[in-house]
Amino acid sequence: MSRRVVITGMGIWSCLGGNKAEVTESLRAGKSGIGVDPVRKEIGFHSTLTGIVPRPDLKPYLDRRMRNSMADETEYAFMAAREAFEQSGIDNDYLLENEVGILFGNDSTGKAVVETSKRMEEMKDSFLLGAGAIFQSMNSTVTMNLSTIFHLRGVNFTISAACSSGAHSVGMAYLLIKQGLQDVILAGGAQEVNPISMASFDGLNAFSKRMDEPTKASRPFDKNRDGLIPSGGGAALVMEDYDHAVARGATILAEVIGYGFSSNGLAISQPAPEGSVRAMVRALNDAGVAADDVDYINAHATSTPLGDKAEAEALTDLFAGKKAIISSTKSMTGHECWMAGASEIVYSVLMMKNHFIAPNINLEEVDEAAKDLNFARTTMDKKLDIVLSNSFGFGGTNCAIVLRNI
Amino acid sequence: MQSYYEIYNNKQFYMERVEIDQKVKDFLVSEFEIDESAIKPEARLREDIGIDSLDFVDIIVIVDRTFGFRIVPEELKNVVTLEDFCNYIDKKVNK
Repeated sequence: MSRRVVITGMGIWSCLGGNKAEVTESLRAGKSGIGVDPVRKEIGFHSTLTGIVPRPDLKPYLDRRMRNSMADETEYAFMAAREAFEQSGIDNDYLLENEVGILFGNDSTGKAVVETSKRMEEMKDSFLLGAGAIFQSMNSTVTMNLSTIFHLRGVNFTISAACSSGAHSVGMAYLLIKQGLQDVILAGGAQEVNPISMASFDGLNAFSKRMDEPTKASRPFDKNRDGLIPSGGGAALVMEDYDHAVARGATILAEVIGYGFSSNGLAISQPAPEGSVRAMVRALNDAGVAADDVDYINAHATSTPLGDKAEAEALTDLFAGKKAIISSTKSMTGHECWMAGASEIVYSVLMMKNHFIAPNINLEEVDEAAKDLNFARTTMDKKLDIVLSNSFGFGGTNCAIVLRNI
Repeated sequence: MQSYYEIYNNKQFYMERVEIDQKVKDFLVSEFEIDESAIKPEARLREDIGIDSLDFVDIIVIVDRTFGFRIVPEELKNVVTLEDFCNYIDKKVNK
């Protein structure tokens, strides 16, 4: 069995806005969501830069027991999931009567784990940790909480694949629906935003130090880039069998037509063009499209010297001389890490539906390695049919997703 | 300022029953978002007020903070109503 897989709802909670309308406006305006968190300096960070993501107020929607079990990233994911189901026309009655699955990318619960550990040291009694701690501290905090809140009864697990987590969750949902094992899956990615979870990443000296110009700090593919900016939030997509979506009269936003994956098999933090190319080629082959069919590429590029260079080489290998326009929305969002692969699919579909390409802001002087590629340095009005979204992560886990406008 | 726990350990502690009842009512309303109208002495904690097994874990934390002693779960075996619960706290705090 091979079925078509479509997206019928999307939701987003990020440093670019708390819903699709706000985020679309930010993407079109090329507005950065990056700022500084002075606390980070006080506690020993070398960079205070971060995506500024507000904490949602969940009291109007959820009771104490539900809220008490949620970590930061779970709260962001809930807001995104709520918006996605609403757009998809899936309400509580539908969820009680039909089997819907959930697959989310998440790869840390740093704050919840550290706070629980600190409290244990202080109180020396596990009975004083409270009932919510365990459900906040597990990597599957997002899927275990959202499946409970929304009464989800289909596939239910979390995908941890570093900065490709969100993208692989979309890829896995695509495969399960394509094969006829599920009709509807809520897929997405979530990323906590707090100093505790990012300290060890800061310790790799991987973050930009351009702290006097926060909105100019993230500059993927620019010659003068000096590191990434950690960020986060929640992104959710209702993915569905095409015939199922048509039968229930859902609005179809886009089709997922290709999923490609690969692993570099090299050093733990070493980017590799060869592995990235294999993931992209696999996705294009799965989609049945040629490199020259691709209108827009949402690059993984995080603004690190080595990572962007490797991706530029991979993209040059496949897309030099072709029509594809490239931008990295991380120039505005910073690196949304475990969420990024899912949020960038949301951003890409928003561009697709609103006929524009969001700019790769701060690209003032293109890196030598990227000189043969076509970048959107400013917002471009453009009809997009085929879009490719890349995600690469620590350990060499690569993911590419191909989307088609409907 | 000494905490309740320190005062209790120094055996200088006494809390009026009316104060215990009020503090329990306060945390049920503020922390557990229980409707005030449901909070009656004869109300059963599980069936009428809706406290479940996970809520009891949070109650241990709140009682430690509010009354300065640590609940031993086994001691709650015979606690059914809100009045039983306040009696239990009274006994522990004012023994």
